[in-house]
Amino acid sequence: MSSSSVPYAPPAAAGGASPSTGRKRRKRFSLLTRRDKLTLGLMVGIPAFIHIFLIWMPTLGSIVLSFTSWNGIGGLDKIKFIGFKNYENLFSNYPPFWPAFENNLIWLGAFLLIATPLGMLMAVILDQNLKGTRIYQSVLYMPVVLSLAIVGFIAQLMYSPNMGFINNFLVAVTGDPRWTASGTAIDWLGTPGLNFAMVLIAAGWRHVGYIMVLYLAGLKSVDNTLREAAAIDGANARQTFFRVVFPVLAPINVVVLVVTIIESLRAFDIVYIINKGLNGLGLLSVLITNNILGEASLIGFGSAMAVILLLISIGPIIFYLYRTMGKEAE
Amino acid sequence: MADLGQRPVSRRTLLKGGAAVAALGGASAFLAACSGSTATTAPSAAASAAPSAAAPSAAASAAASAAAPSAAGSITFGSNYSDPVPQKAFADTMAAFTTKTGIQCTINTVEHNKFQDTINAYLQATPDDCFTWFAGYRMRFFAAQGLATDISDVWQTIGANFSDAFKTASTGDDGKQYFVPLYNYPWVVIYRKSFWQEKGYQVPKTISDFTTLGDQMKKDGLIPLAFADKDGWPAMGTFDILNMRLNGYDFHIGLMAGKEKWTDPKVVAVFQEWAKLLPYFDPQPLGLTWQEAAQKLINKQAGMYFLGTFAGQQASDQATHDDLDFFPWPLHGTQYDSEMAIDAPIDGFMVSAKAKNVDGAKAAMEFLGSPDAPNIYLKSDPNDVAANKNADTSGYNAFQKSSATIIAGANKIAQFLDRDTRPDFAGANGMQQFLQSFLKNPTQDLNKFLSGIQGFYDSLPPQ
Repeated sequence: MSSSSVPYAPPAAAGGASPSTGRKRRKRFSLLTRRDKLTLGLMVGIPAFIHIFLIWMPTLGSIVLSFTSWNGIGGLDKIKFIGFKNYENLFSNYPPFWPAFENNLIWLGAFLLIATPLGMLMAVILDQNLKGTRIYQSVLYMPVVLSLAIVGFIAQLMYSPNMGFINNFLVAVTGDPRWTASGTAIDWLGTPGLNFAMVLIAAGWRHVGYIMVLYLAGLKSVDNTLREAAAIDGANARQTFFRVVFPVLAPINVVVLVVTIIESLRAFDIVYIINKGLNGLGLLSVLITNNILGEASLIGFGSAMAVILLLISIGPIIFYLYRTMGKEAE
Repeated sequence: MADLGQRPVSRRTLLKGGAAVAALGGASAFLAACSGSTATTAPSAAASAAPSAAAPSAAASAAASAAAPSAAGSITFGSNYSDPVPQKAFADTMAAFTTKTGIQCTINTVEHNKFQDTINAYLQATPDDCFTWFAGYRMRFFAAQGLATDISDVWQTIGANFSDAFKTASTGDDGKQYFVPLYNYPWVVIYRKSFWQEKGYQVPKTISDFTTLGDQMKKDGLIPLAFADKDGWPAMGTFDILNMRLNGYDFHIGLMAGKEKWTDPKVVAVFQEWAKLLPYFDPQPLGLTWQEAAQKLINKQAGMYFLGTFAGQQASDQATHDDLDFFPWPLHGTQYDSEMAIDAPIDGFMVSAKAKNVDGAKAAMEFLGSPDAPNIYLKSDPNDVAANKNADTSGYNAFQKSSATIIAGANKIAQFLDRDTRPDFAGANGMQQFLQSFLKNPTQDLNKFLSGIQGFYDSLPPQ
């Protein structure tokens, strides 16, 4: 919908018409009654309160706690300020941190460079009015309705070295029992490096469908006359897509990009279900949970990691705000 | 124009409606925020949302109170016995308590792992009067934080029912008792009797017997020792037993308490010994759960499995279960052999510091410390053995008898690595991943590996 508004820009036209009628009314209601003020105050005040209470307070709370040592037991007076010690420990005495940091970046890269383009490709192919396109759409979209936690369960059933589907399938096909025998079987989830790749495949399976649906909706909204015009001008299919359709879909592209970044940074459930982020599957979100939740309760230390994750997230947030706010300013 | 005239009105109603919606939304969001923070104290909240868990005992206690002469109030019990077998066993036990004392008991059951994950918040918010917990550091920690009620007076009554080892395991850092043990189970090498008879294998007494047997099993195409560590904690059992065999119980406990250093050459020796034995372990433990490893033992793909006796739960039928037997980890020929130390974690009960009905809770502790409690409990859950030395053992099956013999033969009983040391060190953020890193690369520079562990330990806040 918003994409079609770009070439025609109808909202501007609609917006231009309303002030003339609005001005007349503004005279009649120039003074807000007390009730209006109250209503407006509530309408602005409550969301502002919620925003501050639910977003800014926890964020600032995490930042403050990241400079403290606290086990979560007892009152706030038990909180001890220890300066940058949590950060020092994080960088020097906590071996899982850097691998998790790396994994987060790999996750982001794999989604941005592989899963998302693949989803877009699927959307472009399915947009060609293939026979049975609905079936393909359903098949690709199906994993999206599953939560990543469920995808994690499915992944474990597939990847288990001795009882999993993949290795048993290999035995059935090749007739060689070594595929499931301990020592010679491929340990999909137990081999560091390989296990992370396999998790990315499972998570990507879901992500591809998600992006496909988003992009397909965008493609459907592209005015066909644009494609026809490009065809008349002699553009081939690739040129039509990259020179005409892709630029027209700029708003969708931003949404896809933002969705990809959000999905990558909040990745948590699948890894937590599989093994709590052990053995090369660590992610910052999982480390934060392992430290803050449970009996461990290293609340200050976990908060320091949360602050790192916040810093990483701020980049894409600024980019997104810049894009959307910038648009409105125009 | 008519509709123009209408519009202000409609806009106004819209505004009002909007305000109402915003207020509602705000209120509900605010409520959600509040309940969100109490949701982390889930044990009581989640349990009260699942009354079915408490229903059987409530019904039982209601029936009982009709017969009981005087009702002395009621208590609530937070329970992590969430699997069906222990849940029923515990409900039966507390129903007997109500019959005996007339005190009503409501059991709030919470899923086992979730109970543990939320225990800190639970004990600080509105905990039940009594709760299920573990002996060892985990008990002493909450006692030291002032989250448990001193029940030394109850121990005056029940003390005669327990050996000194159990009394020590129930005592906090301040020398007072905070815990009543119910049962424990040993970590042992489990095997299938019929399979071993068929193959002519003999129970190994020493580590050289063990490796000889392992070589034979390898020749027979078996994995000598099933092993799984996907979840991070099962490998702790192996570390514990090797450390206690090589360095003795006292060193082990000192190491867990932070008095000994991980960089000690004694610890290096443990990992060296482990690396030497690893060829007899399942070569791919990091992708397996203990359930899968137990299946390998049951399916005769592996000859032995070193785990707590709860591995027996994986036997799908009674005949298979009866075919399982076990023996203590072989001796390494050190001065500590005579200790016959084992891990035999104790499960039991505590009274929360915020208990509303302290007298009722103490009466419950007294009952749970009497021989009646394990007698009733183990009738419904025959996988463990009673901690109470006056409990009736005549009804024990072969499995329980073996457990009891091994525990009785152990002169030193440890809990388990993650029950004997601080939880922030033992968990997924600490020892679990350190042990996995060793298993991934057993030939790595052990001094560097162990100074990494010590560095992490030292980085934790003082307690």
